[in-house]
Amino acid sequence: MADPSGDSPTDHHLTGAIDCDVHPAVPTTRALLPYFDDYWREHVLRRGLERENFEPSSYPVNAPINGRPDWHLPSGPPGSSLQALQSHLLDRLRPSRAICNVIHGAQVMLSEDLSAAFCRALNNWIKAEWLDRDPRLRASIVVPPHSAELAVEEIERIAPDHRFVQVQLLAMAELPLGRRQNWPIYKAAEAHGLPIGIHAGSSFRHPPSALGWPSYYLEDYVSQAQGFQAALNSLVSEGVFVKFPDLKVVLIESGVTWLPASLWRLDKTWRGVRAEVPWLEQQPTETVRKHVRLTMQPFDAPPTEKQLQTLLEQLGSDRMLLFSSDYPHWHFDGDDALPSGLSAELIQKICVDNPLETYPRLKDPALKETT
Amino acid sequence: MTRHVVAKAEEIQAGTCKIVTVKGREIGIFKVGDDFYGLINRCPHQGAPLCRGEIVSRLVAPTPGDYRLTRPGEMIRCPWHCWEYDIRTGQSLCDPNSVHARAFDVAVEPGKTLVEGPFVAESVQVTVEESYLVVTM
Ligand code: FES
Repeated sequence: MADPSGDSPTDHHLTGAIDCDVHPAVPTTRALLPYFDDYWREHVLRRGLERENFEPSSYPVNAPINGRPDWHLPSGPPGSSLQALQSHLLDRLRPSRAICNVIHGAQVMLSEDLSAAFCRALNNWIKAEWLDRDPRLRASIVVPPHSAELAVEEIERIAPDHRFVQVQLLAMAELPLGRRQNWPIYKAAEAHGLPIGIHAGSSFRHPPSALGWPSYYLEDYVSQAQGFQAALNSLVSEGVFVKFPDLKVVLIESGVTWLPASLWRLDKTWRGVRAEVPWLEQQPTETVRKHVRLTMQPFDAPPTEKQLQTLLEQLGSDRMLLFSSDYPHWHFDGDDALPSGLSAELIQKICVDNPLETYPRLKDPALKETT
Repeated sequence: MTRHVVAKAEEIQAGTCKIVTVKGREIGIFKVGDDFYGLINRCPHQGAPLCRGEIVSRLVAPTPGDYRLTRPGEMIRCPWHCWEYDIRTGQSLCDPNSVHARAFDVAVEPGKTLVEGPFVAESVQVTVEESYLVVTM
């Protein structure tokens, strides 16, 4: 890591970091057409689906939060140009790697087969148009989350390419994530050394708040933390980490500050109802520290550095946080992608050591990088 | 340390508990199989009368869905917040290294020996024919 005082593109303190969350966007559905097989291309055209953009309704492209003003493009949604990603982020902050997480309506479609077809096209597209063109890029495998069978098929198809380093799901799906119907996905992911990246978002089969449908984005966005809490409780309680002891889960855009309080409650309640979930022999917090990681943008940091220190102590582990820019979303200005008040040692962990430990494929020496 | 005669051995059936008072402190005397164990009647969590809780087994599952009943009748579950303790040792299941209820050894002594040595029998009439439960404290 270079001198933290400098901020020129040549010696930024994020040089060499691993950016665990950037968002390439599909410019238009037409751009995906070459990546469908014949049958599904015909299907998409016959239904006129190429005229839809399938942006998830939580993240409309024109909402300011979804595109930093200086990262807007002359045409197309923010994040849809590789060249722009290179000049805005890769050549400027100079991360050594950046993991592409494509957020797309494919993940929430009601037809499992159409969802799977779109996911295949997205994975083919990200590989050909991004991974093959910049050796710094890695990606998550997008899968149809409501069909474990089709999701596993896609994992098996893509996993041999080690530039895919993770399987991506949404926090709020048809079923709580820990339920056994989802286990084949975790089994395949574990077998291939792929963490499960759980991105903020909902398939909207249920309201994003336990109380019902919110009226405003403000409620929706803040309720995401509830969704993550419930997803994490489900994974822990159902015993996913007992069944798949090598599985890691990365909470992406979850925020972080809700976690300690949620874990205190989980531990406390577990003490009294342990017998109901006898596979949980350990305090749930221990399990979470071992298996769960969180990306750092957006970071719902407390107002002062002192409070930030307290929070980090409460997390109780310096291995859980992963650097992310969340490009092109607007959470920070300039190059200040990390909250202030972190020690140099912790920055090294967050930016390099923790991502390498979380994503074993980033260390893969056999990886052939295509440029 | 004094030896206190707390009950006649035959008073306590296997799988049950009798609460006795020794030096003003309540102790639950349990019979598990053929053996007797003593536990303080006070939960280390928030002070509930621990020994009035249910005597339970230890439910385990090496992996989700693989249910096994072990240690039948060897655990006590606190009546307030349901923390579980090992009757034999007082060790808690939820935090075995730092939360435990104080345990006492319970010896079975024939009345014949007891009448010879020094002991305290506040509420138990000792006769040579019977066996007694003795807590040293
Ligand atoms: S007082 Fe016993 S568990 Fe709370």
